Amino acid sequence: MALDFPFKDNTQETSLIKHRVVFTGVIIVLLMLLIISRLIYLQFIQHEHYITLSQNNRVKILPIPPIRGLIYSRDGILLAENQPAFSLEIVPERIDDLDKVIKDLSEYVTIEKNDVERFKKLLKEKRRFESVPLRYNLNEQEVARFSVNQHHFPGVEVIARPYRRYPLKDEVSHAIGYVGRVDEQDLEQLDKSNYIGTTHTGKFGAEKAYENLLHGKVGYQQVEINAQGRIIRVLERTPPEPGKDIYLTLDISLQLTAVEALAGKRGAIIALDPDNGDVLAMVSSPSYDPNPFVNGIDFKAYRALLQSSDKPLINRVLQGKYPPGSTIKPFLGAAALAYSAVDPSETIWCPGWYSLKGSTHRYRDWKKYGHGHVDLNYSIMQSCDVYFYTLAHELGIDRIHDALTDFGFGRTTDIDIGGESSGLVPSDEWKRKTYHQPWYPGETLIVGIGQGSILATPLQLAVATASLANHGHLVSPRLVYEARDPITNEIESLQNKKQKSVSLYKESHWKTIVQAMEDVVHGDRGTARRSGMGAPYHFAGKTGTAQVIGIAQDEEYDEKAISERFKDHALFIAFGPVEDPRIALAIIVENGGSGSRTAAPIARQLLDHYLINDKINAG
Amino acid sequence: MEEKTLAKRLHIDVPLLFGLLVLCGIGLVVLYSAAGQDLQVVFRQAIRMGIALVLMFCVAQFSPIQLERWSLWIYLGGVSLLVAVLLFGDVGKGAQRWLDLGFFRFQPSEIMKLAVPMVIAWFLAGNHLPPTIGRIIFSCVLVIVPVVLIAKQPDLGTALLVGAAGFSVLFISGIGWRFITGFSLIIALCAPVLWHFMHEYQKRRVLTFLDPEQDPLGAGYHTIQSKIAIGSGGLYGKGWLNGTQSHLEFLPERSTDFIFAVFCEEFGLMGVLLLIVLYMFIIFRGLIIAVSAQQTYGKLLAAGFVMTFFVYVFVNMGMVTGQLPVVGVPLPMISLGGTSIVTLMIAFGILMSINTHRRMLSD
Repeated sequence: MALDFPFKDNTQETSLIKHRVVFTGVIIVLLMLLIISRLIYLQFIQHEHYITLSQNNRVKILPIPPIRGLIYSRDGILLAENQPAFSLEIVPERIDDLDKVIKDLSEYVTIEKNDVERFKKLLKEKRRFESVPLRYNLNEQEVARFSVNQHHFPGVEVIARPYRRYPLKDEVSHAIGYVGRVDEQDLEQLDKSNYIGTTHTGKFGAEKAYENLLHGKVGYQQVEINAQGRIIRVLERTPPEPGKDIYLTLDISLQLTAVEALAGKRGAIIALDPDNGDVLAMVSSPSYDPNPFVNGIDFKAYRALLQSSDKPLINRVLQGKYPPGSTIKPFLGAAALAYSAVDPSETIWCPGWYSLKGSTHRYRDWKKYGHGHVDLNYSIMQSCDVYFYTLAHELGIDRIHDALTDFGFGRTTDIDIGGESSGLVPSDEWKRKTYHQPWYPGETLIVGIGQGSILATPLQLAVATASLANHGHLVSPRLVYEARDPITNEIESLQNKKQKSVSLYKESHWKTIVQAMEDVVHGDRGTARRSGMGAPYHFAGKTGTAQVIGIAQDEEYDEKAISERFKDHALFIAFGPVEDPRIALAIIVENGGSGSRTAAPIARQLLDHYLINDKINAG
Repeated sequence: MEEKTLAKRLHIDVPLLFGLLVLCGIGLVVLYSAAGQDLQVVFRQAIRMGIALVLMFCVAQFSPIQLERWSLWIYLGGVSLLVAVLLFGDVGKGAQRWLDLGFFRFQPSEIMKLAVPMVIAWFLAGNHLPPTIGRIIFSCVLVIVPVVLIAKQPDLGTALLVGAAGFSVLFISGIGWRFITGFSLIIALCAPVLWHFMHEYQKRRVLTFLDPEQDPLGAGYHTIQSKIAIGSGGLYGKGWLNGTQSHLEFLPERSTDFIFAVFCEEFGLMGVLLLIVLYMFIIFRGLIIAVSAQQTYGKLLAAGFVMTFFVYVFVNMGMVTGQLPVVGVPLPMISLGGTSIVTLMIAFGILMSINTHRRMLSD
């Protein structure tokens, strides 16, 4: 049988492969010689040319951070600006003995211990060739003293950079918030490539909520630098897109009036436009100056703010949770109408106390000997507790829970700047979940007068009040209404998050409740009649006095005897003018005593300011 | 039977190992400078080198006969992984190269740098050399299929290396000069078609290569800056850690593909010549192993690997010195990164296996 394949000729194959390998070797040597000749050309023949290029013609790409957008109020007042400030910066790569240089520098510039600490911290985060700030906000003498001696300090420079400044200091700080240095936590949430070169980012308030509008887009420049790393000229520039200017809904003159009204007190004022939820004033008192936070507040000052029993850092409007007291009554009254739990014209007898059937416990009215015959209108006007014990008992806790939730209590209002607490509207289910205990009917009565476990933020009260003003339209509040491009002046209107309606209610229900609230102010027996006297417009309101501590049965409440901190919170909600509401308010003065005496006069002052002054302007 | 040395027993080729270790050492020293004196980076690279060396020793223990037997399966496995990458691969840096196996990610295209020369050597060694036309054409198909798959990822550098590895083996097998010229002609004719299928950035690189000054701050930036780095190094270099081009961050990718420029800037022409001598030493040691291999498979494969290694060195140095377009080919054993080192060390392990299992078979 013939073989299909010839025998492999090993010697022939071996020599064939050997030839090819030798050929390959020759090619490899030739190609390497090509590389070597190229290297000789570059490194020997053209060396002078390239060494010059490397010394003089160094092209570097540098990021240009965008300029942060400004913040204005609706009346055009500048609330946050960028101001150049001098900082002393060090490039660590060019310094041999950092500690010695810092010590020497302190002869010309004040350098405190916390400056050094902050510098050392920043040093770890930055790369060695990046300049690290040692001191911010040098004054002119310091700049001059350093500049004269700069030649002693290679690698140390005074650099003018724009820093955020809040001209109104503590007067709008809770609304605007502030910017601070970008930290690692921020970087996780930010687009890193867009934040190359950006040192500050919004930390709280509108500065944080509108960070993406305010920041803008990073730019680049290609520059020639010399051997010392100094820029000789700019070759090409992709300019940054500056951040958008944002306009707050705040009416600054109203805001300042509110700040003044709360001066020296702890409390909160929030004013809304009931039509669109625009925040006209937002004051939490006491407040703080945001300017020191921009470049890192020193630890001692920060601790003082943090530990102060007045809690200046807390925005009470969004985060303060208070028992609403009697200000809850109009909403419960509306709920009772909607569920047909009461007939508005029917009266009950108020002897000054209320007892559940089969119990001897007396739930007291604020008026010791009672209001006598009381209908719904009178019960709101006079803030009769017994009427609302009865009403709450009729409604039951679950219907109260549903109705109050409908008015926005117990959930966030979706204000654009965020950071609010949701308060609490108790229910049977809530109590079983939280305390593993059933709900007792007595607790319903307490909730009926806005005490017990129910908690609301001033913002929730204002939003709910606005919904009474516009007959059931629940607006979500906003602090920023538009953004403008600083170059093109193009205006971008910002929309509210969502608009809801309070369901269940009829027009007649709104009229009944609003009438009762108008009578609180303008009726001859209204609890706030003194604040309504002589007003050229009609407004509606409701006083509230929330107990801070429980008062035992039959114990007299002696305002003078108990310490300041245990005094009742004074509350007032209002809107006006009644026929065409343009402003809705919620005011709380912590430990202010009574709503009618402390909070209502503030409301009158603000309404006068907003409604009368505006009329003059319009006229 | 002659007395076996310890190296033989361990299947190690001492000259080759010596050359590779020196090269790795140089690599770590240059990397320390290029990576901005970051010891962490150097340490991690040293660990990768260690792993690669261990793999090299392991592979060297298999005899060439075993490797020949597995060639086809490795190749088929590699091609299926390439298809898998195209279907389910991870996208990293804009190209689809990685396959995520849950616990680690790897590039199947790396396998092909080994598998393609192995399968061609296996296919051709089974028959009389020089190969027939039919065999040559079939070999070409075996090379082109993975090359196209890799180019589609898109990874032009690796596709080029895999192609080079396959065709090197074909060349060594003694195909006629007529085929070689014909093949070159076909490639020349295909170039416009290839151009059409290239990605935008690949086109830009080729255009930039033809005229780097055209776009000095865009696509030509790499080449111009690396030429300045090399040229300013001069005869003796600026000294270790003193390369201004790299330390002032003008040189992009200075610890990976352009590390050769850092070397040139800091050690000068004299240093580079020593480095080239070292590479040539390794290459010629490899060619000697190829010639003296006993089996045809071993000869073809050894020569193929050595040529691939040379292509690495040549293409990288060519692109860094501005003689070739910028394709992503690292400088072997010196550029930062683990995959190419592992692949190359395995190839050298195979070379050692071919060299050290030789005498045992001859008896």
